[in-house]
Amino acid sequence: MGELVSEQPETAPSGGSSHRPTASLGVTVGLRLLAIGPLLVLVILIGAISLLTPNFLKPINVSNIIAQTAVIAIVAIGQHLVILTRGIDLSVGSNLALSTVVGGLVYLGTGSAPLVILAILLTGAAVGAFNGLAFVYGRLPHPFIITLATLSICRGLALELAPGHTTMRGMPDVIQAIGGASTFGIPNSFFVVLGVVVIALIMTKAMVWGRWIYAVGGAPDAARQMGIPVKGVLVSTYVISGLCAGIGAVVLAGRTAASSPLYGNLLELDTIAAVIIGGASFLGGRGHIGHALVGAVTIGVIRNALNLLNVDVFFQMIAIGSIIVVAVEADVLRNYLESRVRVLQATRTQ
Amino acid sequence: MTTTTDPVLSVRNAQKHFGAVHALKDVSLQAYRGEVLALLGDNGAGKSTLIKCVSGVHGLDAGEIFLDGERADIRTPASARRAGIETVYQDLALFDNLTPAQNFYCGREIASPSWLPRGLRFLSHRAMDQEAARVLDRLKVKLPKFDAPVALMSGGQRQAIAVARATVFARKVVILDEPTAALGLRESRKVLDLISQLRAEGNAVILITHNMEHVVELADRAVVLRQGRKVGELKPTRANQQELVSLIVGAET
Repeated sequence: MGELVSEQPETAPSGGSSHRPTASLGVTVGLRLLAIGPLLVLVILIGAISLLTPNFLKPINVSNIIAQTAVIAIVAIGQHLVILTRGIDLSVGSNLALSTVVGGLVYLGTGSAPLVILAILLTGAAVGAFNGLAFVYGRLPHPFIITLATLSICRGLALELAPGHTTMRGMPDVIQAIGGASTFGIPNSFFVVLGVVVIALIMTKAMVWGRWIYAVGGAPDAARQMGIPVKGVLVSTYVISGLCAGIGAVVLAGRTAASSPLYGNLLELDTIAAVIIGGASFLGGRGHIGHALVGAVTIGVIRNALNLLNVDVFFQMIAIGSIIVVAVEADVLRNYLESRVRVLQATRTQ
Repeated sequence: MTTTTDPVLSVRNAQKHFGAVHALKDVSLQAYRGEVLALLGDNGAGKSTLIKCVSGVHGLDAGEIFLDGERADIRTPASARRAGIETVYQDLALFDNLTPAQNFYCGREIASPSWLPRGLRFLSHRAMDQEAARVLDRLKVKLPKFDAPVALMSGGQRQAIAVARATVFARKVVILDEPTAALGLRESRKVLDLISQLRAEGNAVILITHNMEHVVELADRAVVLRQGRKVGELKPTRANQQELVSLIVGAET
């Protein structure tokens, strides 16, 4: 994305006054490039890495990437909805850990797979509901603090609840199949991601509720003026984010056949990074499910490739952090270019 | 043209206090269909307060609002909108990230099936797109791209979208708060044309503006407020433009 981003601001405004059509073309092309930028980066990344390490595109490695990316992708979709409303959910990682621990305890107690799944999903959604209700009805200025608090509470609760404060072995076969097995060589977790994506797409694109999410994120005051139930919309996004953490917990517990209070460490950063790297706007109201997916896969690909290339794990953190910086700057640049378009529109009005 | 029909909006003896400030002192006002009423006054004269009372942002301390002769109980912006009063404030209340059609229907989406809770209904994208396009076409609003987010449109185009949206749902009155304040000459012209189009279609338009040229050109009637009191009501012409200004600033003529 680096090259695309750095070239546009020069071409766009410089021709502004003298060559209006050129400037307008530059701005339009810039916006288009920014729109497909993240996907383009991912494709280039995959191409480059497969040249560097032939193992990268082997089926076994691809399904590895899918399995490793699934949890980030699922939780990132929930995170994406929250970010669309200008919010943030820092609790998803420890929420996921707490959910697996609750599931592990239910497994110890009952051994019933449906009950374990239900317990995990309900825990996730309940934490989300707490976040949303505390944020909205506690009249907090921003969800940062409340989700930071639940980040801490959930992690502590998970450690407290887990026998011996550590990992519990064992998960029902069904859950192990969901998280760990494959169908026709495709990891089952891929189908879970697919299901979450389809449901999220229907909700955001086809339903009134989805339109309201974009409205609340785009202009909260206007949304209130237009009679949109802003509070309900906000709470619902946190519930869904929590539920997504729960779904991620099922997948992770299944893949590892275990539950642990240590799971999901820094998952909040991975999911936020995925949403932003994918091209959704941190300023709210901009982005779609595809952005979260592209971002999650980008992170998965980078991790996997650096592993294959035997690059130090610390460098992975630096690499992902650097990409976040570029992505956020791209967002700022997009806003700048759009303001250019507005000016051009005004001068062209006859 | 104003005496032949009954007023669609009638504010009677409005009183409003903000603490020690007496913002509206016994103000009465009528608006008629097919008429542009200019609401004039210096900053702090009470124009905005009066408009906010009519559109449900503030409640009146005393006085009544009648719509088509019936007493209207307007307590919230939502109840004002339900009663058929649409207000376009200076901030426009547009959603930058949505397209014009999406903006038109945001919060009042056309969706089905009706037995589901409102938020869970499925959007009728096509119906909303077509209806919005039809309205914009009728009002002769030209947009560069119908499917682009409003963020990509100029100030005048955004103003036009906000005004057009208001007209879709305004069954009684459209209130425009300084619609040309942030616009250049050509874009102002477009918005003025749009306002006369609204009048031609039989809407009652209340226009707040500081631009006397626009008042003389467009308004059928002008009501002047000063320090919370109605100090004059007349038909603006080139000849009495100076008189209007004197009323606004309170100078002796």
